[in-house]
Parts: sequence; C-alpha cells; structure tokens
Amino acid sequence: MIASLVRHPAFRVGVRDMAPVAVGTAAWGLMTGVAMVKSGMSLFEAVLMGVIVFAGSSQLAALPLMIAGAPIWVTLATAVCVNLRFVVFSAHLRPYFMHQPLWRRLVSGYFTADLTYVMFTHRYPQPGPPEDAPTLRAQEAYLAGNCAMGWGSWVGSSLLGIALANAIPAYWGLGFAGILALLGILSSLASSRLRVVSASVAGAAAVAAFALPLKLNILVAIAAAVAVCLMLEKPPASLPKAGGEA
Amino acid sequence: MTDGWTVLTILGLALVTVITRCFFFISSKPWTLPAWAQRGLHYAPIAALAAVIVPEIMMTQGQLITSWQDARVFAAIAGMAWFFWRRGVLGTILAGMAVYLPLHIGLGW
Repeated sequence: MIASLVRHPAFRVGVRDMAPVAVGTAAWGLMTGVAMVKSGMSLFEAVLMGVIVFAGSSQLAALPLMIAGAPIWVTLATAVCVNLRFVVFSAHLRPYFMHQPLWRRLVSGYFTADLTYVMFTHRYPQPGPPEDAPTLRAQEAYLAGNCAMGWGSWVGSSLLGIALANAIPAYWGLGFAGILALLGILSSLASSRLRVVSASVAGAAAVAAFALPLKLNILVAIAAAVAVCLMLEKPPASLPKAGGEA
Repeated sequence: MTDGWTVLTILGLALVTVITRCFFFISSKPWTLPAWAQRGLHYAPIAALAAVIVPEIMMTQGQLITSWQDARVFAAIAGMAWFFWRRGVLGTILAGMAVYLPLHIGLGW
C-alpha cells in the first residue's frame, strides 16, 4: 500500500511543495537537536526524542521542565497546551480523513505538522467526496509525500544537530531560517484580502496576548483572526438579500 | 546517563503529539461542524502562521522591540521582498538569511 502511494504522481507534488521549505525547518531541527544535547540529555534520550516526538515547539517547551525535574504530568500538560493549535487543525482535517480506518487516521494525524496542514488544505480546499476514490487517493498520496519530506528533513536535521551539538554555537541564530520558511509560506497564502486581515489580526493578537502562559497566545490569535474574518465576510451569494439592496 | 523517567516522559510527549493532532478524528461517530465554523477554519492556517511568526520577529524577551537595529526585522523585509518579486520559499529563506547573518553575527544586532 505504501508503494502505491509513493508511485502516485501526487506523492511527488507533495514532496516538491515541502522541499524548499524543508531547508528552513531543517535549520530549526538542527538547533532543536543542539538544544536537546545541551540540556544534558543522554545520547539515547536525545535521539529518541528527536525521532518520535516530532513537534518542535512542544519539545522546546518540555526541555527546561525536564531539566528542572518537574513531575511528568506537568511536562505533558505543558505539551498539550503548546499543541492546542493542532486540535483546531484536526477539526478542519476530519472530513478529509474519515474514510480511512482508525489506525490510518492516527498515522495521518501524527505526521501532519503545521506546514503539512497548511500546504494540504491550500492544495485541497475541499475534502474529496466519499464516492470519489481517485480524488481521495490523490489527496492521500499528496499528504504522504508532504509528510515524508517534512518528517525526513526534521528528523534528519535533529540527528545532525545532536551529532554536531558542540560545533554549532547558538548565537549564530541559524534557527531563524525556520521563521523565514514560515514567512514564505505565509506570503504564498496571502491571496485574498480577508486572508491578509486574518494574518494581521493574528499577528497583532499573538503579540498582545504574549504574556499568556504555555503559548496560549497562539490559540487566542487564531480564534481572534477567525472571528474577525467571519464578521467581515460577505453573506453567501445564495442567500436572498434583505431590503432590496443593490 | 539514560533515565527511566526521562524516557517515559519522551514517550508521553509522542503520545501527546498523536492525541492533539488527531483529536477530532479519533472517534468515528458521525457529526459535522456547523457551516460557520467550517468557513472560519479556512482562515485558520494563515492565522496560525502569523501567530507563530510575528512575535518571533517583533519581540525580545516578551517585549515588543523598540530599536530598529534588529537583524530579524531587516531579514523579514528582505525575505518578503524576495517572495513578492520572484515567488519561491527557498529564495525567501536564502535572501532573509543573507541579510540576517551579517547583521546578527557581524554587527551583533
């Protein structure tokens, strides 16, 4: 089954969409690998975390707590809060994945990090209809290719960071390449006026709410941006207009 | 030295990744989001990106930056200028880093 996904033409499109961005996220993974080793983790622990957790912001949030010897539930609760945006994404992705059995939904969800979510919903604004097998197949193949590229570059660069931990000084700020990668994707999404409004509101709200603990400012920012955009949206054209307006 | 609690914490973190990313499609009970929420979610991807990026560029230690001598701002401007000139995310990253690294490492901004 994996082989047929890989052979599907959409798989390569997914890889190609993620490839340029992976340069930036790899710089980020590199610095996360360095941070894990510098925090005093053993080689085995750092490699295990780099390979299986696959969530940079929750890894970076968990590290200081683990060093400080915080109780395990505190560390996990922190990671849940930092990851809450994924819960919002999962509501969006549900209709795309529900035709799959549970284990495949879990695999698809696990590998769908921020950028794959953004690229996948950008390429396929609507979920495939349940009876349209070729479209569903293409979406699965695109997602698989995009995830494979994203996961491979993240894990590969994390491992490289673990290996080179003592050779890369943090003050170089290589991790900023990750922010620039996100900035490029953001620019490519800014295709309508309301999308620009969404980004502006979210950016301002994330700064204003920055003092909130556990990166909850990100969740507040998404909620604020979505609410503002819904209010600014024109009513759907299919609805009869009230009062005979032009 | 590898420690059992640390390994357990790491396994827990991986489980948190799965549960948060799959939250709304773990159960297969049929339900659909209300239409307004479905429309609203179309604005979520760009909002999430902006919410992550803007504080990383505009803030230092929890405060809005007050100095224009900040390599991140110039790098972001250079990156966006590249994107709207040539398109392409790779160019955005490279143009931004070409501005960022000299200012940051060279001038200490």
